[in-house]
Amino acid sequence: MDGWLDFFTFRDANVRYVTLGAMLLGGSVAVVGVFGYLRKRSLAGDAVAHAMLPGICLGFLLAGQKSLPWLVGGAFASGWLALLTIDWLPRQARLKEDTAIGLVMSVFFGAGILLLTAIQHGGNAAQVGLEDFLFGRAAALVGSDLGLLSGLAVTLLLVVVVFYKELALLSFDAAYARAVGFPVRGLEFLLTTLTVLAVVAGIQAVGVVLTAALLVTPAAAARFWTHRLPLMLALAAGLGAFSGLAGAWVSYVAPAMPTGPWIVLAASALALGSFLLAPGQGLLARWWRQRAHRRKFAEENLLKLLYKMGERRQDHDRAYQPADLPTGQAPAQLAATLRRLRAEGYLTRRGPGWQLTPEGYERGRRITRLHRLWELYLTEYLRLAPDHVHDDAETMEHIITPEIEQELEKRLRRPEFDPHQNRIPYD
Amino acid sequence: MDSYAFQIVLCGALVAVNCSLLGSFLILRGQALVADAISHSVLPGIVAAFLFSGARAGGPLLVGAGAVGLLTTLGIEFLHRRAKVQSDAAIGITFTALFALGVVLVTALAGQVDLDQDCVLYGELAYVPLDPWLTANGWDLGPRAAWTSGFCLVVLLVVIGLFFKQLYLTSFDPAYAASLGLATGVWHYVLMGLTSLVTVASFEAVGAILVVALMVAPPATAFQLTRRFRAMLGLAAAVGVLTAVGGYVLAAALDASVAGAMAVVAGALFVAAWAWGKWRTALAGA
Repeated sequence: MDGWLDFFTFRDANVRYVTLGAMLLGGSVAVVGVFGYLRKRSLAGDAVAHAMLPGICLGFLLAGQKSLPWLVGGAFASGWLALLTIDWLPRQARLKEDTAIGLVMSVFFGAGILLLTAIQHGGNAAQVGLEDFLFGRAAALVGSDLGLLSGLAVTLLLVVVVFYKELALLSFDAAYARAVGFPVRGLEFLLTTLTVLAVVAGIQAVGVVLTAALLVTPAAAARFWTHRLPLMLALAAGLGAFSGLAGAWVSYVAPAMPTGPWIVLAASALALGSFLLAPGQGLLARWWRQRAHRRKFAEENLLKLLYKMGERRQDHDRAYQPADLPTGQAPAQLAATLRRLRAEGYLTRRGPGWQLTPEGYERGRRITRLHRLWELYLTEYLRLAPDHVHDDAETMEHIITPEIEQELEKRLRRPEFDPHQNRIPYD
Repeated sequence: MDSYAFQIVLCGALVAVNCSLLGSFLILRGQALVADAISHSVLPGIVAAFLFSGARAGGPLLVGAGAVGLLTTLGIEFLHRRAKVQSDAAIGITFTALFALGVVLVTALAGQVDLDQDCVLYGELAYVPLDPWLTANGWDLGPRAAWTSGFCLVVLLVVIGLFFKQLYLTSFDPAYAASLGLATGVWHYVLMGLTSLVTVASFEAVGAILVVALMVAPPATAFQLTRRFRAMLGLAAAVGVLTAVGGYVLAAALDASVAGAMAVVAGALFVAAWAWGKWRTALAGA
């Protein structure tokens, strides 16, 4: 438990730098990533990150030593060039966008590897550690790095806050933004610059290969919890910062472990959790909703069937055995539906058979009524042939609300018969 | 050209031809980035295969990494189709997570696995002659990597030769292919399986990311020069061989990574083909 205490009190300056640096990076890069995600250009960020390697190497060659401004400047320049090339290639060279991304990313990266190995074989002692940019060096962050990182993070956040409205419109509806006179090219330029800046910051911590995760993963996770952009931005920042914290903690507890990959793994776990568990859009929530729908359909169809059987015999006071019910459901499923309907008070048992209660009769009649009203509406208003309306009504009968029901009755002037000359049953 | 140089160029050329042939199908299907994802995420598979079999090459490695490659495809499909994550993000999340897992595994097993992270990223073609295949009675059959890639090339040629029509149709016009009764899903997975195979076979020589360079750049170059698919396949393979030769020369001149140099040459050839295409259309228009 000493580990926990030592870590979370930040007694050690190194722990403080690494943790704060990782959290700042995770949070601010994720905010920029949200816009990339909304524009469906998540992988362009990945390409930019890979493409920064030659710039870093060139920066080193020009400066003759590992001077951070030169390295960052080089990274920025080559990342920028790559992103422009990705925009430009599909228009100029009949390539699909993904091919252009793959091409630019791998060729730039190859050039970076060429330069890196040439530098390494060249025997300049100052190059040691240059390859840290491949996998990041979050664990080696020191005070001056933290200053630079906080500067970058604050700049990113400030620009996003100042240009919030413009960036939001660009991300959701670029065509509309252009139509109402926003300087779309200028804004795209701004967003490109922000992305490149974010990636420059990101490769410090997690390296060129994994920076894409800082951009994409928290944004995708946040998207599952909310439809509102401000909330999504805040959530993405929170998830990114938390991943940074988790990564820093793991590499504190197990010093041999690289911080960057653990930040990515933490973010991935959070994202997977969000995809599964988020209310509303999560996989479980959607599965649960679909199950509820399926059950409701099965129950209402069964009540409708019982009502119509009674209608045909002109005798609603009868019990039926499951084998006599042509529902198309498997016997076990049918038995479950019957049990649920009894628990809800729509059916009772009589001997070996099942019978509608007054509530069940009421509901079965309503579904039948809605089915027939909708069929009539489709033939009267949409001029569909009577033999084409059944399937649609099979769905709509479960969805129509009492308000729509009233409206239908009013529009059709409370009709007596449906298109198949069946009587429409009213209360 | 001495024997070492010949072995390096031979391996480079085999790898490049494998990647170019397969990549031609992939870029037509708009799946260049799926290949990128697979090439990153085979890392944990390779580490796991090392761990279980102790082998640095051969069957277990191909099987383990190939399985993870397919798992990547399934993961992307799951995130995209089932969890409704948009497709670019689904690709990005899957491969970064698996790659991060791979790096963590490499670190955790550093004492047991002789594999370093940089090698995983960009390989080292220059070491290929140092790992020859020696038979029991001591015959030197040449570099092991050449045999692996050669085997891969045979598999590719057989599959493409036998099922060219199916692969071609499902790539160009999936809806039409489906209407002819072709199982587009099956061919999708066949291609993804081949992608895993080629990635793993090429991996040790050129590393994860440069596999993508060789899968994307030569076909894109060929695509600038022709619109006929068969011609594109042949041209892409030829560009691949040229890339290997040029890459070796450049790397020798700079004393740098052969794989990195191959990627640069591949990019340069693309630019040349693009400029040639522009020039030709300009002439035709004049």
